[in-house]
Amino acid sequence: MTEYLLILLSTALVNNVVLVKFLGLCPFMGVSNKLDTAIGMGLATTFVLTLAAASSWMIEHFILQPFDIGFLRILAFILIIAAVVQFTEMFIHKTSPMLYQLLGIFLPLITTNCAVLGVALLNIQEQHTFVESVVYGFGSALGFTLVMIIFAGIRQRLALSDVPDTFSGAPIGFITAGLLALAFLGFAGLPTG
Amino acid sequence: MLYSAIASLTLMGLTLGFFLGLAGRYLKVESNPIVDELESLMPGSQCGQCGFPGCRPAAEAIVEGAAPVTICPPGGRALIEQLAAKLAIDFDLDSIEDKDPAFAQVSEETCIGCTRCFKVCPTDAIMGGPKQIHQVFREACTGCEACIEVCPTECLHMDGVEITLGTWRWPKPALAA
Repeated sequence: MTEYLLILLSTALVNNVVLVKFLGLCPFMGVSNKLDTAIGMGLATTFVLTLAAASSWMIEHFILQPFDIGFLRILAFILIIAAVVQFTEMFIHKTSPMLYQLLGIFLPLITTNCAVLGVALLNIQEQHTFVESVVYGFGSALGFTLVMIIFAGIRQRLALSDVPDTFSGAPIGFITAGLLALAFLGFAGLPTG
Repeated sequence: MLYSAIASLTLMGLTLGFFLGLAGRYLKVESNPIVDELESLMPGSQCGQCGFPGCRPAAEAIVEGAAPVTICPPGGRALIEQLAAKLAIDFDLDSIEDKDPAFAQVSEETCIGCTRCFKVCPTDAIMGGPKQIHQVFREACTGCEACIEVCPTECLHMDGVEITLGTWRWPKPALAA
């Protein structure tokens, strides 16, 4: 149990996908203008990431390894991620049309969110068991959501503050992201067990 | 190995496709066919100049009668004509001119700081406080003209886009006479 808690903590904070591994920067910059959409995006990505981590582990261990076709790994994972995202899109469209509209194009774009593929590949590379993979995926997604929410909060305040012309818009966003990444480096000081 | 690779990927594709097909059937969202038709007529750029979050919500509003067919600035006259024909609405097309993009502008001499304009602004493009002169953020203004009507002193007006190196665009292709 402690082991899983440690994986959760380490993926969510210490090895945060966005700010430490720099994966999934597109939605991080793109959907972080409003807190509501950022939370929605975080939840959708959490769903996709966890499901993708679980299903890619199964693909790896039940199809790719028995048939010794590891060279198809990226292709197979993309396939399964695309399917999971498509399913999530249908699900959100059915359950919450408003969120579906707010997320817009970024919902199908979760497919190309490299954090999702990255976590699936890292799971294989670090030879996680099934439960570990799921916890790893969920932890990463949790970290992603956390960072999205923090960043959206900051950007909402930034929109009201007096930013010099040269920096307003995307530049100040990138600078803020950099400072946030520096702040997250502080978690590297946590004992990781 | 070659055959197992082909077979496994094919199998995966088929299985996923099957489940997605099932999900598509169970999670189907009923949509209004008229809304679909109107949406396919609209520009589809989701620019939000109409004050709705995208073309589909705008199409829904038009169908419900909550929005006029003239709601879409980028669509211009051609779109109004098509929408009116589709919905069988009589519309005097001569009253519509193709407009150039414009921003709201506050005249500082007459603004009394009543805050009415920024309460109606759909994109929060107007800044200011009570009894302070308001200001329009051009980056956020979509030119919807919602603020023009509510101003008690008529100090808001639409201002064309000044042509600079940053805002210059190729002119739209003109129809041959």
